[in-house]
Amino acid sequence: MKSTAMIREIRGAYAFVERNINLIKRYWGWELVWLIYSLTNALAITYIGNGMGAITGQIIDTQAVVKYLLVGALIWQYLSVIFYAISEMIAWERWEGTIEYTFMAPVSRPTHLVGTTLFAIGYGVIRTLTILVIVSAFFRLDLSDANILGAVLMLLAGSVSFVGLGIWAAVLPLLYPERGAQMTNAVAAILLLISGVYYPIETLPQWLHPIARCSPATYVIQGMRSCLLDGVETRTLLPTIGLLLGIGLAVITIGLVIFGRVETYAKRAGRLKRSG
Amino acid sequence: MCTYALEVERVRKTFTRKERVPRPAGKRTLFKHTKKEEVIALKDIDLYVPKGEAFGVLGPNGSGKSTLIRLASTLLLPDSGSLRIFGHDVEHDATAVKRLINRVSVDAAFFKKFSPIENLMYAARLYGMAPVEAKKKMRAIMTRLGLKESTFTQPMEHMSRGMQQKVAVARGFLTSPILLLLDEPTTGLDPHSKRDVQAFIREIRETENATVLLTTHDMEEADRLCDRIAIIDDGRIVALDDPEGLKARVPPKNGEKTTMEDVFIALTGRTFADAEAAKEVGA
Ligand SMILES: Nc1ncnc2c1ncn2[C@@H]1O[C@H](COP(=O)(O)OP(=O)(O)OP(=O)(O)O)[C@@H](O)[C@H]1O
Ligand SMILES: [Mg+2]
Repeated sequence: MKSTAMIREIRGAYAFVERNINLIKRYWGWELVWLIYSLTNALAITYIGNGMGAITGQIIDTQAVVKYLLVGALIWQYLSVIFYAISEMIAWERWEGTIEYTFMAPVSRPTHLVGTTLFAIGYGVIRTLTILVIVSAFFRLDLSDANILGAVLMLLAGSVSFVGLGIWAAVLPLLYPERGAQMTNAVAAILLLISGVYYPIETLPQWLHPIARCSPATYVIQGMRSCLLDGVETRTLLPTIGLLLGIGLAVITIGLVIFGRVETYAKRAGRLKRSG
Repeated sequence: MCTYALEVERVRKTFTRKERVPRPAGKRTLFKHTKKEEVIALKDIDLYVPKGEAFGVLGPNGSGKSTLIRLASTLLLPDSGSLRIFGHDVEHDATAVKRLINRVSVDAAFFKKFSPIENLMYAARLYGMAPVEAKKKMRAIMTRLGLKESTFTQPMEHMSRGMQQKVAVARGFLTSPILLLLDEPTTGLDPHSKRDVQAFIREIRETENATVLLTTHDMEEADRLCDRIAIIDDGRIVALDDPEGLKARVPPKNGEKTTMEDVFIALTGRTFADAEAAKEVGA
């Protein structure tokens, strides 16, 4: 009895993986556009590093700046892909109008989320590696001193919080049928601003510092820089990894609670309906 | 074991929506004036559908038929009152309810770039069906509904509306629900296809002993398929009986036998032309 229930949940979770893979196949044109967009973005930002000397007229360790920006660009790339992939779990159903059918199906929201997360992580890794390979044709990223194992652990721990933030953002299309999905862009942009992706958070005005310290991205990015650029030992990273997992679990739990509340609200207010 | 497939007890459903109000004459304002307007879609409805019955709900556009179906399919929550499906409360035991039901609506929504098979596979997995068995079953149902094998793997966006509606019907039946919620399942189908779907509904009732809750604007369809019919108007049940009983309530005109359409028009207090006009606008 227990195992049939388990199999049912696994099938339910896989439904979302397969659906998302099919969406990529069917909308590969968009996928290409997205890839070009993120790639050129990463390149443009990294070239700021190369131009530093010319901009300031001073002798600057360009290599260090380039590395700093490149790591930021790649990690942000990965985290934002996770964030968007999760936040779109409802948006797609809105666009296609299938939302009522999915909400009527006997899958629990946690199963829905597990399926979407598995896809998001796989997709995020592939996307980021693709960009990494292309970018390394433009810049030399010397990772010989890097602590790769530590970096992988750090990134996984960071993914947990971004899954959680994705759930928060996924609520928007439930509330706002038309423009909800666009609002997630604003959320992502704010995270990018405050999390020290391209500059140390100390650069920000004082009043933003406490907010920056609330963003899990701040810790992921700092952690990744110390792994990849300074080769810090995994042992010293453990407190940060622990902190990230803690934040992550809290963000996911709160996210699921909010989602449940909003789902109930949507069913009370009749927000799931499209027409008919 | 519960003898009712669906119990609806004093269910009320209100929607609030923003309505535009005309701006004051001669004044130019930056924002549109809106005010909140309450619409009572269902006004304390009671309804008991025994297991195995085919129950029809007829009513003018906007009378609350789809709202009732959505409440039964856990997509809406009632303001007050309760709905139970095979004894499970729709609000508090939603997962158990979801396993027992499926719904087909007029709005055949699909991932439009996916093929029927891909769309139905998504549904099958959501309901925890074994993929091989599901695939066999979906092909059988679609063939039974008169869809060509060659369309199974083509993107849905290239299919006509009627064909899409058939895939929607297939999606509803695929998971073998014991309560089928059919919200205008045959709207937009040609007469042949209508018959196909109607025959299929009958067949499923016989083979799987499923209960059917059906709304339709096709009076003949309701007459033919339903054991009992409720006529609702403006969120209230105005009549509930078997088709013959309903027809007996309306005296024959010009010596001709009363049709379900006569019943509808007599009981909802609208002329046929009104109903048609409302349909045009409401569609
Ligand atoms: N999600 C919603 N949000 C706001 N109002 C709604 C919603 N759903 C239904 N209504 C309103 O409730 C009333 C009943 O609508 P419902 O869709 O149940 O009618 P219906 O009987 O199915 O009509 P039709 O024959 O046109 O399908 C209408 O006034 C409609 O505008
Ligand atoms: Mg309707």
